[in-house]
Amino acid sequence: MLKTTPLNAIHRAAGARMVDFGGWDMPVNYGSQIEEHHAVRRSAGVFDVSHMRSVDLEGKGVRDFLRFALANDVAKLKLPGKALYSCLLDESAGVIDDLIAYYFRDDWFRLVVNAGTADGDIDWLHRLNALAGHGVALRSRDDLAMIAVQGPQAREAFWRAFPETRAATESLVPFQAARVGDDIVVARTGYTGEDGFEVSCPADEVATLWNGVVAAGARPCGLGARDTLRLEAGMNLYGQDMDTGASPFDAGLAWTVDLAGARGFFGRKALEARPRACDFLGLVLEDKGGVLRAHQIVLAERGEGEITSGTFSPTLGVSIALARLPVGTAPGEKVRVQVRDKELAARVVKPPFVRHGKPLI
Amino acid sequence: MNLPPELKYTASHEWARLEADGTVSVGITDHAQEQLGDIVFVEPPKVGRQVAAGESVGVVESVKAASDIYAPLAGEVVANNDELGASPERINADAYGAWMYRLKPADAADLAKLLDSAAYAKASAE
Repeated sequence: MLKTTPLNAIHRAAGARMVDFGGWDMPVNYGSQIEEHHAVRRSAGVFDVSHMRSVDLEGKGVRDFLRFALANDVAKLKLPGKALYSCLLDESAGVIDDLIAYYFRDDWFRLVVNAGTADGDIDWLHRLNALAGHGVALRSRDDLAMIAVQGPQAREAFWRAFPETRAATESLVPFQAARVGDDIVVARTGYTGEDGFEVSCPADEVATLWNGVVAAGARPCGLGARDTLRLEAGMNLYGQDMDTGASPFDAGLAWTVDLAGARGFFGRKALEARPRACDFLGLVLEDKGGVLRAHQIVLAERGEGEITSGTFSPTLGVSIALARLPVGTAPGEKVRVQVRDKELAARVVKPPFVRHGKPLI
Repeated sequence: MNLPPELKYTASHEWARLEADGTVSVGITDHAQEQLGDIVFVEPPKVGRQVAAGESVGVVESVKAASDIYAPLAGEVVANNDELGASPERINADAYGAWMYRLKPADAADLAKLLDSAAYAKASAE
């Protein structure tokens, strides 16, 4: 039995093609994935991301606990509402999950984690909590739903629909959130490389949010467009671009690991001792003849690599990919990719491929 | 399901149409393009190639996935629809207009062995 979000009936009524996404019955598109993609790059789109899980952590020791549990350092979060992206590492520095941590109060942080990994994350956090002894209370917020309104006109669309939120959310900078109701959080975050908000709210209020932003001009978008948008933006997908078999350094996430000072976060020793397995970079297909896809083999100057995510980029009109390449591979290098029975030429680039509507490669 | 009754079908989601010159045009069904989503690349079999019925002869790729295309009949490939090279999305817009390649069948009687629209509808609903 697939899990459903509170917007399931709305998706079906809108003609969505539904798929099983990690046990969730989710819309992959509402007709054309490419048109949905362009809507987000050019104006505004809205995604149901209610399958993602919010986990509240409460208690006096919560900041110290998260400084121990996360590879990035929540000490950087000084203003209520500020957020950061981090990996959760295991004992060998493999990535258990990637998440966003929000600071609301000195005794209250929230983690927003991936759907498929949520239960495992919570078990893991309980273990670390027992280990660290900060006595943090963990609460899985299964009562919350979430939408993402994304695109250059996304915030305006949201404010047209809910003008009463404007004063509290207009001054938000990227990676900052505001609480605009008892349990409504508006965050200037996303997974598309465009401006916008991710809004979480009680499950029974999410239809009002969805219908409001759609009426204000945001186009319903499925997980298909979400994937091509995030890939163009050079953002990793958990389970594909990284997992417990990869360290953050092998997944292009060194920028999310804070090694300043002697902070003893879990997995640090293993991470510092672990040799780098690969360079994580982008590819742009230069030959005609197919589409780059996960698991295709890359033949580079220094050896073999592997694509972890690949697609056709609607913005660039060419195929692009994220790949694990031999250590020392540099942007600009020409490689060959095994696509079915052919070897096609591709160029190594440094992601992202597209940001704020503009090609970067 | 949009299934023109004058066409023949395969369980692997191709359609086949007998043309006036005796060749058979082949494409993928409307159901197939809907399942695949936005199509971004088509590789038809090379002109001159001899193909067997049911043989994998080419590829269609959508944003989502790559999918093989099969020959509904034995015969020789005599033409490709070159328009699809630059505009593969035509398959999404008009699956039965956007033929991918044409075959000169080894035996025109083989066409009668393919599924009719009702049989295809039943097969693809399973």
